[in-house]
Amino acid sequence: MVTTVTSLGRSGLSDWLIQRVSAYVMTAYLIFIVGYLMLTPELSYSQWAALNSSLPMRMFSLLTILSIAAHAWIGLWCVLTDYITVRLIGPKATALRIIFQLGMIAITLLYVIWAIDILWGI
Amino acid sequence: MLNVSIYRYNPEVDSEPYMQDFQFDTEGKDIMVLDVLEKLKIEDPTLVFRRSCREGVCGSDGMNISGKNGLACVTPLSEAVKKNKLVIRPLPGLPVIRDLVIDMSQFYAQYEKIQPYMINNSPAPAIERLQSQEERAKLDGLYECILCACCSTACPSFWWNPDKFIGPSGLLQAYRFLADSRDTATEARLANLDDPFSVFRCHGIMNCVQVCPKGLNPTKAIGHIRDMLIRTAT
Repeated sequence: MVTTVTSLGRSGLSDWLIQRVSAYVMTAYLIFIVGYLMLTPELSYSQWAALNSSLPMRMFSLLTILSIAAHAWIGLWCVLTDYITVRLIGPKATALRIIFQLGMIAITLLYVIWAIDILWGI
Repeated sequence: MLNVSIYRYNPEVDSEPYMQDFQFDTEGKDIMVLDVLEKLKIEDPTLVFRRSCREGVCGSDGMNISGKNGLACVTPLSEAVKKNKLVIRPLPGLPVIRDLVIDMSQFYAQYEKIQPYMINNSPAPAIERLQSQEERAKLDGLYECILCACCSTACPSFWWNPDKFIGPSGLLQAYRFLADSRDTATEARLANLDDPFSVFRCHGIMNCVQVCPKGLNPTKAIGHIRDMLIRTAT
């Protein structure tokens, strides 16, 4: 058992499951948005604003934002723990990895808060 | 004449590794890569490599042959030679001791971690612990692993985290005991694997399956371990 404290779910299985589910949510959102734009060739601002200010669409958008955040957290955490290691770049790697991990987590959370502000500000 | 290029490194003499070129006369025969090495060793006795059974059973002569990990003793030149050139390097990712000999401590440490032995604390029966034919069949494709390390050293996840990711070989063996009807430590074994490194560093790129000289499928075994974890944890 390898202990981790900066991974999203702390458990490999949990991260794995979140990664899969979030991928499905993002795919569904992409298909919906592309489909909507294709089926509405003469889209007006008022239509677009009405769509995005409806509660179901806000919830779908927020779910997608959370999925992107979780997906990015898990994915980038994997990349950082693969390449910024003491084995590969020496003893300074641990401090560097923690800085990058915390920075990545902070940016991800800030984006989520910003997205909520945008979604509910329409 | 066949051009043979071999990775050479003797830390007592060389400041860094280099590739040494040899000319080899195959006499038109499709011999094994190990035969080439044996003959070249007569020419240059300082060439070092591991070998033992010379028939794909002991797993000693795992090496990187023209870019693909494999056992030198069961890899014919017809498979390994490209453009009349044979390039032989040690298995990648583990420290080189000398020439084609690598330090496999990290590989064995991961193997030890999965407790590669039967755990069953119930009193032993008079003769043996019986299995049905179906239960025994579950071990096919798992017990045949000879620990040659061709798969684990072909896996980028193992290259980056050999101290944390168990690697395809160890995980194949882990599933061999998880799947065994006579083993009673399933829960404890699974509990030791549910972290973001041990199993889940496998991203399913299947390099292990591509190189296994015994034709085994560690990716499939890893998938089974994941299924078992999902069944118990959800």
